[in-house]
Amino acid sequence: MPNPYGFIPRTIAPERAIALRQEIESFNADYCATLDSLDIEAWPDYFTEDALYRITARENAERGLPVGLVYAEGQKMMRDRAVAIARTQMFAPRYMLHMLSNTRVTSETAAGEVASSTAFMLMQTLVEGPTTLHLAGMYYDRFVRVEGVLRLQERQVIYDSAILANDLVYPV
Amino acid sequence: MYQSQTVIGHTLGHKDAPLADCIWPQDALHTIPDWVYTSKAVYDLEVQKIFHGKTWNFVALEAEIPNAGDYKRSYVGPTPVVVARAEDGSVNVFENRCAHRGAEFCRHGHGNAKEFVCPYHQWSYDLKGNLQGIPFKRGVNREGGMPKDFKNADHGLRKLHVTTRNGVIFASYSSEVEPIDEYLTPEILADFDTVFPGKKLKIHGYYRNELPCNWKMYHENLKDPYHATLLHSFLVVFGLLVAGNKSAMLCDPVHGRHGTMASAKSEEKYAVVSEENKKEMRSFHDGLVLQDDRFLEYVREFDSPWSVTMQTVWPNLVVQREMNTLGVRHIVPNGPDSMIMQWTMFGYEDDTPEMERHRLRQGNLMGPAGFLGLEDNEAMKFVQEGVRRASTDESVIKLESGKLGTSNTLISEAAIRSMYSYYREVMGL
Repeated sequence: MPNPYGFIPRTIAPERAIALRQEIESFNADYCATLDSLDIEAWPDYFTEDALYRITARENAERGLPVGLVYAEGQKMMRDRAVAIARTQMFAPRYMLHMLSNTRVTSETAAGEVASSTAFMLMQTLVEGPTTLHLAGMYYDRFVRVEGVLRLQERQVIYDSAILANDLVYPV
Repeated sequence: MYQSQTVIGHTLGHKDAPLADCIWPQDALHTIPDWVYTSKAVYDLEVQKIFHGKTWNFVALEAEIPNAGDYKRSYVGPTPVVVARAEDGSVNVFENRCAHRGAEFCRHGHGNAKEFVCPYHQWSYDLKGNLQGIPFKRGVNREGGMPKDFKNADHGLRKLHVTTRNGVIFASYSSEVEPIDEYLTPEILADFDTVFPGKKLKIHGYYRNELPCNWKMYHENLKDPYHATLLHSFLVVFGLLVAGNKSAMLCDPVHGRHGTMASAKSEEKYAVVSEENKKEMRSFHDGLVLQDDRFLEYVREFDSPWSVTMQTVWPNLVVQREMNTLGVRHIVPNGPDSMIMQWTMFGYEDDTPEMERHRLRQGNLMGPAGFLGLEDNEAMKFVQEGVRRASTDESVIKLESGKLGTSNTLISEAAIRSMYSYYREVMGL
């Protein structure tokens, strides 16, 4: 089975890919602004009700292993996680900053489902600590339109960082 | 943030004490001196006496290397090793150091090979670590080459003793360590064999993280049932573990070095917490309900009185059974102030697709982003920072004072005391 998180050839016309790319980059800018402002409880709004969200190491992705550092089946599981982080979890205060680049739109179905990938770097700043590169990797996304607006049907966060520094508190 | 990037991170000189200055405080049973967490000399002695001593160290699961030629990079203590399955089906563990000039020759985390070839000068080794070939062994044009009395048999990789128990692979530097079942003791085997009944495992994947804390803290955290209901409000709010649930902190009766933190979930999904207990728990949140509580479901797949067993197997293994999410955690010590944790999550080969997804959903509790896991990692980091940087030098473990061994209350530090009593004996401290 080919690795679904490797290079994916583009199957749509360049003009259409450019137009969709602008739309997805705008979506991702909002998504990251929500996370970077630590408004975590608004994060699930970017997904459809039955969306899949997974964060996993590239090692797992390449070997076809299903485990997730975070594994959410559906928006409700994401809302529970968001509430847990925002209201019940104990962790040292921190800032997060997402830097995104290299968005590629690879396909669009007749029903309007769009597949794309985007590289990310996630910086973390702890109290008394330096700003560090906490996670680097790729989003592998499937978007659909809900009342004309893009929503994530699936976001696979596949990170290269082999050994995570202590923990990962917030969604990526 | 990795330990190596800590900005304000110098250990005070007296906390990085030489062994001669490491004297256990007078109330030995109820006190832990900071230097066990901060002294480089103590750490070096631990590697020698514990990880390279008379212990069985977890290195891999057989399910990770099912076929001849399969291998995995691993560690015994901080020492890099390779775990390989030879053509005859045997499991072999040897140091990842070329016998020639010392290169760590195996660079891939896992794979399949017919032999191992050091990339530097292409010395080659078989799957059991025996030296096979040396390029230009006899020189070129009768010049150079190895001396006539050079024997390949004398220059193999350093091999370790290997044993397995129901698909779990352990290695040891010691030829004197007892057989694995005796090492684990019947009390620990009961819950170990529940997770590993000999059924084929299905690997679900890996987490790896660095914890900026001493490796012993991870053992202590899982021998400290007191913290579970206080730090982890998630457990309490959603009724997974409440002070008052049926629970136990089991200790192996021979040395007190292994442990099982066990609890039984009540039938109700959400806990009933008495007003009296609520007052003791600042982290309790009344009325918080999950929108999707599928991941709290407990499928009773084991013949066990416990729904949760967290086992600490000395010196480097944690066996996790948190309801239906199963995994092993491999502790790799990394100096006094750091450890690497390698998590291997798994289910069973005969799981239905729905059971596999249930395990994956429940996996959100554990791991470096898990609701419980991340809080533990944060707390242990706080402790390491405190013991390194503060001017005072001791921790207090007085809950259920005087007691050693198995305890039936969560409000106890008996298992931590047992571990340190054994530790002091082995270390001569």
